[in-house]
Amino acid sequence: MIEQALRAEPARRSEATDERPVVRGALIVVALLFVAVFLVLPLLVVFGQAFAKGVVFYARAIEEPDSLAAIRLTLVTAFAAVSLNLVFGVLAAWTIAKFRFFGRSVLVTVIDLPFAISPVVSGLVFVLLFGAQGWLGGWLSAHDIRIVFAPPGIVLATVFVTFPFVARELIPVMQALGNEEEEAAIVLGASGLQTFFRVTLPNVKWGLMYGIVICNARAMGEFGAVSVVSGHVRGLTDTIPLQVEILYNGYSFTAAFAMASLLAFLAIATLVVKSLVEWRLSRESKDGN
Amino acid sequence: MLLKERSILPGFVPAWSYTVLYVSLVLLIPIAALVLKAATLSWPHFWAVVGSPRVVASYRLSLLASLAGAGANAVFGLLIAWVLTRYRFPGRRIVDALIDLPFAMPTAVAGIALTTMFSPVGLLGRALIPLGVKVDFTPLGVGVALTFIGLPFVVRTVQPVLLDLDAEVEEAAASLGASRAQTVLRVILPSILPSWLTGFALAFARALGEYGSVVFISGNLPGKTEISPLIIITKLEQFDYAGAAAVATVMLVFSFLLLLLINLLQWWSARRFEPGARRQPA
Repeated sequence: MIEQALRAEPARRSEATDERPVVRGALIVVALLFVAVFLVLPLLVVFGQAFAKGVVFYARAIEEPDSLAAIRLTLVTAFAAVSLNLVFGVLAAWTIAKFRFFGRSVLVTVIDLPFAISPVVSGLVFVLLFGAQGWLGGWLSAHDIRIVFAPPGIVLATVFVTFPFVARELIPVMQALGNEEEEAAIVLGASGLQTFFRVTLPNVKWGLMYGIVICNARAMGEFGAVSVVSGHVRGLTDTIPLQVEILYNGYSFTAAFAMASLLAFLAIATLVVKSLVEWRLSRESKDGN
Repeated sequence: MLLKERSILPGFVPAWSYTVLYVSLVLLIPIAALVLKAATLSWPHFWAVVGSPRVVASYRLSLLASLAGAGANAVFGLLIAWVLTRYRFPGRRIVDALIDLPFAMPTAVAGIALTTMFSPVGLLGRALIPLGVKVDFTPLGVGVALTFIGLPFVVRTVQPVLLDLDAEVEEAAASLGASRAQTVLRVILPSILPSWLTGFALAFARALGEYGSVVFISGNLPGKTEISPLIIITKLEQFDYAGAAAVATVMLVFSFLLLLLINLLQWWSARRFEPGARRQPA
């Protein structure tokens, strides 16, 4: 979604191709109202409720042992999922953007699959594979390995749900840049790795950075898939979103929103990084001209 | 071995192999496990599970609420994309950045925030309930959550196309005597139609599978406000793994059909906007 990075200021238009001021004003008001109700208000509610009982209560809600355990598990899970998907995303983008081969468009479609699959189904597949009744369940329990209802299952489900993100951001950026610079490097005697780290990576670093940030946001916030594989072992297999659910369903609304506000901060940070990346890209393209 | 065009760039075989291996391990084998699990049921049993009244009611709700959510996004998303690309107003950049919030905000957080907003003591619930509009614990609430989730799709697919439209085409229409309404309906709308439909289909696909933002606001009343993903969770909690797999397989088929449709739409819209694809003289 970085392709829209080069978004320009709306140009002033001539009278013939512009709406009357009344129409324009009305359209802007309706659009802003919709954005206010569906985007701004939910954010305000999260922070308003989180701090409803003051900063001390907020801090205490987050310092609960279960909450701290959830934060720790979320950080570990996101780190593992982002690392795995980063390596995959870079290799997949290199394959798809730099080469033309049989089955290329099939591969692109397959990488997009997790976008279309319900998160609940994404979690379910791992329960069916590794759960007690699953295909490998007997073998795993015979060897005393726990995957489902334990942290490894949470990591797997998170990897599944977030795996298109880095690849999706990188492929269009790499494709738009073309192959000439890499080909020149190879012809001049650079090795493949040198070419990648000295030529390709500097060119795609902003797209890559946004891919990592959005992959991380989704990994930390994933709910449906993780909820299916977690089994809700308190203090052991609850991530922040699951802890939010437990607190909320236990009528600890303020504590639930306090935990939720951590994720909302993360979402805002993600949007800020995205805007910065777009700003850098539009500046670079202006410099290039 | 691998059919590919010649290239002097190195690394194709290892990168391709790793990609295919990873996709197979993380994605394809687990999905196969699901379908195989559903296949352990006999046909009559499978149909009894996926066709039971409670499950059918969940498909109906999931489909209708997703259609409503994607429809609301089609209308308001187009409007927002239009306003963002055509007009200048204070805060435009902030609104533009905010559009991606549903991508970045975890669904559970959105779910509890929306539920609180529309609860009888919430900011909007307080105003709406006296008017007879109840949102929380009703199908309308499901639609509201799915509207939130799908908002970025239409805006982000239509926005670049609106930006790329040549001002000259509109000027030509205007100078040939078209009214502004005619220009919008007969010149602009047809050009953005493929991307608009793509955005709608993407929002719809996302809404069909959505779970986190819905479960809080819907109240999960069996047969009334129970979405299909929740049926899967319920079956899992009753250790009915094969039943869960059967319903999941039906959802998977829906997803694949939608993905096919989206790919067709994207191909259509790319063909339309490929430089010179249509204007090239024969």
